[in-house]
Amino acid sequence: MTVPESWYVALSAVLFAIGVTGVVVRRNPLVMFMSIELMLNAANLAFVAFGHRIGNADGQALVFFVMAVAAAEVAVGLAIIVTIFRLRRRLSVDDLSLMRW
Amino acid sequence: MARLAFFVIATLAVGSALGLVLKRNAIHGALFLVVNLGAVAALYLTLGAEFLAAAQVIVYAGAIMVLFVFAIMVLIPGKEETGPDPRRGWRLLALPAGALLAFQLLLVVRGLAAPAGPGVPAVPGGVEAIARVLFTRYLFPFELTSVLLLAAMVGVLLLARRRA
Repeated sequence: MTVPESWYVALSAVLFAIGVTGVVVRRNPLVMFMSIELMLNAANLAFVAFGHRIGNADGQALVFFVMAVAAAEVAVGLAIIVTIFRLRRRLSVDDLSLMRW
Repeated sequence: MARLAFFVIATLAVGSALGLVLKRNAIHGALFLVVNLGAVAALYLTLGAEFLAAAQVIVYAGAIMVLFVFAIMVLIPGKEETGPDPRRGWRLLALPAGALLAFQLLLVVRGLAAPAGPGVPAVPGGVEAIARVLFTRYLFPFELTSVLLLAAMVGVLLLARRRA
């Protein structure tokens, strides 16, 4: 019995929703970042499933690009978090209202 | 058999994702995320994307998660989510909102659902097929990726520099 691609897309939807919930619920910016990774990963899974359905390698090429962007994003984001921590010695997103008017 | 494998891996993925969101300790969350990434890599294998499964393990579980664990250890884990939550009610509201989002997405997927076509050709998941696409149709984005990574690297060095 083969697995229909829609099951993979459904799993990806569930993982994405869990990632969204994680970003909203948690106060630790590192965990929020990991939840964002979770969402990117869910999108990748959907890409691979769609590519499998269509039957060419374009979906996998897109996943490759998403991985590169995720790596760059994580490096920059973690550097920003470390810099903020150096400035304030605390790490709660509720304190970070610097750019809000 | 394939469906059983899918269910086992999917349960693992969803369980570890929930662990990431619900566990208080950030290090535990990072380890749960590693499990989740490994499970998704296994799903890539079942979809015939061997290169992506390897890249997932190397890039995500290897490089990115090591960076996360480093950051968590530098930033003193467990110190940031202590004390009462000033906005507890709003945060708890996020749980039904997330469940609603999942429900809606699943409705969309269900609307799109079609039985797996019998004649769907298997994707050539090896390096060869991806390389052919990457270096012909997506050559320009591929080169741009290197610029992006370079820019990210320079930016990180600038941000992490210790100011005198």
